[in-house]
Amino acid sequence: MNDQATPEVVAGGSKRTAPPPIERIPVLRWVRENLVSTPFNAAVTAICLIGLIYFLPGFIEWALFDAVFVTSDHKVCRAAEGACWAVVGEKHRPMFFGVYPYEEHWRLIIAVLIYISAIVITMMPKFWSYRILVPAWIFTLVSTLTLMWGGFLGLAEVDTSQWGGLPLTMILFSGTLVIGFPLAILLALGRQSNMPAVKAVCVVFIESLRGVPLITILFVAVNVFPLFLPQGLEFDKLLRVVVGMAIFFACYEAEVIRGGLQAISKGQYEAAEALGLGYWHIMIRIILPQALRICLPGIVNHIIAAFKNTSFVLIIGLFDILTATTAVMQDPEWRRFTLEAYLCVGLVYFMFCYALSKYSQLVERWLSEGKRF
Amino acid sequence: METKNKTDESIFYSNAFRSVAYQAVLFGLLTLLGWYLYSNVNENLARQGIATGWNFLTTSSGFDIGESVIRYDAGDTYGRALLVGFLNTLRVAVLGIVLATFLGVFMGVARVSSNWLLSTIASWYVEICRNVPVVLHVIFWGTVIHLLPAPKQAIIPFEGAFIMNRGVVMPFPVANDAYVWVGVALLVGIIGVVVLNKWAQRKRERTGEYIPTLWKGLGVLIAPPLLVWLAFGAPLVWDVPSLQGFNFKGGLQFSPELIALLVGITFYTGAFIAEIVRSGIQSVASGQIEAARALGLRPGFIMRYVTMPQALRVIVPPTTSQYLSLTKNSSLGVLIGYPDLVNIGNTTLNQTGQSVEAIAVMMMVYLSISIVISICMNIYNRVAAIKER
Repeated sequence: MNDQATPEVVAGGSKRTAPPPIERIPVLRWVRENLVSTPFNAAVTAICLIGLIYFLPGFIEWALFDAVFVTSDHKVCRAAEGACWAVVGEKHRPMFFGVYPYEEHWRLIIAVLIYISAIVITMMPKFWSYRILVPAWIFTLVSTLTLMWGGFLGLAEVDTSQWGGLPLTMILFSGTLVIGFPLAILLALGRQSNMPAVKAVCVVFIESLRGVPLITILFVAVNVFPLFLPQGLEFDKLLRVVVGMAIFFACYEAEVIRGGLQAISKGQYEAAEALGLGYWHIMIRIILPQALRICLPGIVNHIIAAFKNTSFVLIIGLFDILTATTAVMQDPEWRRFTLEAYLCVGLVYFMFCYALSKYSQLVERWLSEGKRF
Repeated sequence: METKNKTDESIFYSNAFRSVAYQAVLFGLLTLLGWYLYSNVNENLARQGIATGWNFLTTSSGFDIGESVIRYDAGDTYGRALLVGFLNTLRVAVLGIVLATFLGVFMGVARVSSNWLLSTIASWYVEICRNVPVVLHVIFWGTVIHLLPAPKQAIIPFEGAFIMNRGVVMPFPVANDAYVWVGVALLVGIIGVVVLNKWAQRKRERTGEYIPTLWKGLGVLIAPPLLVWLAFGAPLVWDVPSLQGFNFKGGLQFSPELIALLVGITFYTGAFIAEIVRSGIQSVASGQIEAARALGLRPGFIMRYVTMPQALRVIVPPTTSQYLSLTKNSSLGVLIGYPDLVNIGNTTLNQTGQSVEAIAVMMMVYLSISIVISICMNIYNRVAAIKER
């Protein structure tokens, strides 16, 4: 079919053998087809070009030519016209690792690396079984948390109040998923349940939490939750916040999973029941593995949202990467270059979320191609 | 064997009994939990000497609010302060929804454009804005606005408007009694357009004759307010802002906090709406449009009666949830000092210590907004849904 010499049958039975005319200069052809195919298109191109010429040179000058990349003297930056990227080099330790003791930062680097490898493993279909993923994540959580806590093998103990920066963002994120995902499955199953009371509880829970901003849930976790407990009993603030975020995440994810559950044909349930399997067996072994695959793109989208939502802790003063950066940038000498620091943090978030969203698109393609995984 | 069969049939193994039992246990546990939490809260509050109840709503707040739609000063009650916050939330949410819709629809259409340059710019915008947390968007623009020049060196995008580190000011028509009647006339125009469309549709269904309503509709819409305005002698006096001392006086003023919050949530939500619009347009099978063209329909007609009804069905439901999330994200005003509901609720909480009540107020208000938007969109959905004939 790609071979142009192959005769092609056209209407009337005559055979066409001549290859289509080839444009001499491919670049010109590309320009004609993609930029100026119609007068309207040409006008659009012109407007876009004018806009780019208006904004881009100034931006490039600010970000590259007039920028200061390496210096430890804030006066050099003040003297320059452009951006001060040196602020990132100067402040990256407290930005990325918060107030964690400086000489213990290597522990955080190892923890983040373990963590990222766990995420990469989770994304590969060939590792998708309860037998691999559950131990892998238990290992990841235990190892990273003990690394950060310390207090054994000569490692200094570091209190959670000193945890900060990127590792804290990671902990918030993974905590949200580890607590939130099973909860989401339970809520989705509850909402699909035949028992009216169970269903009603799940519907009210999901819908009312989806109707309020995450901030109010974090306020509850920080301000109200301690009031719920009897005197003398206290939970770590970090833990309370993670649980709050997990519940919020679960309510959104439950709706996605419900969509997946609804897409499973009734025959699957009936066949499993005919085999004499119980409810939880049917769900865990038959229905959920299929349902979760179907709605995987939606699940990943909410996981991306959960990652971005970790930044909400800025409001309640937990030192994730964004809060740490904001705090570091109070330094009066470097304060003027807060924008550059935020752009750097934005890049970190962007890389992670962009990679995940590309992954989500890949999964969508697997699904549409009917790939088995 | 005999006995085992008997136990299998006993009431404990019947599905109906189990179902009722599970539900009764769940209900009982929830009631117990609720009672337990309630008693703990009461005990803790009593021990800490914090008042309960809603009396704080009628006591004087003692704090000032930077900007307000209604009159407010520090002597007013907490109740009124929360109302101010609610109105500020509504203001930024409504402005944000309008702007994000325009931005999102434009960028979504641009992404499917055959023009490579335009679609590339649009996809850069979408990818960058979507993959950065909205919190960062808001504090980023909060930082940017303070880096803008002072009022004396303000950026002038067009005559009479100024962008600076104290916000944005622009000319605004001076209030005039005639505008009320212009508004009424506009309403008449809107009703006229609806009637015109219905008439054209009836006629088309009866006779098959297609009556283009775009230009006629625009005329019906604009003519009444324009005529009323002219009849009143075309009153139009611009209140142009002017620099007095260190600040601008007059005109329509937007505080830097409002602008930063608005720009942040608009750029963020706009990217999501753009993706929704793109997927909506791409969801219409190309065969539909080709078939319409083969029937000899005009491009405008195809857009109006073939593409849009199908695309909108895909676009509207997720857009509703984007509107809701924009409204909820407007609570990030607390980060940059915009006095929205959460900000004022937070101040109330800190001053009175009545965290349960303050947070309950916030949650209830957002829930009500969510419910109202959902109801409106469900009504729209019912109108736009596939009509099975």
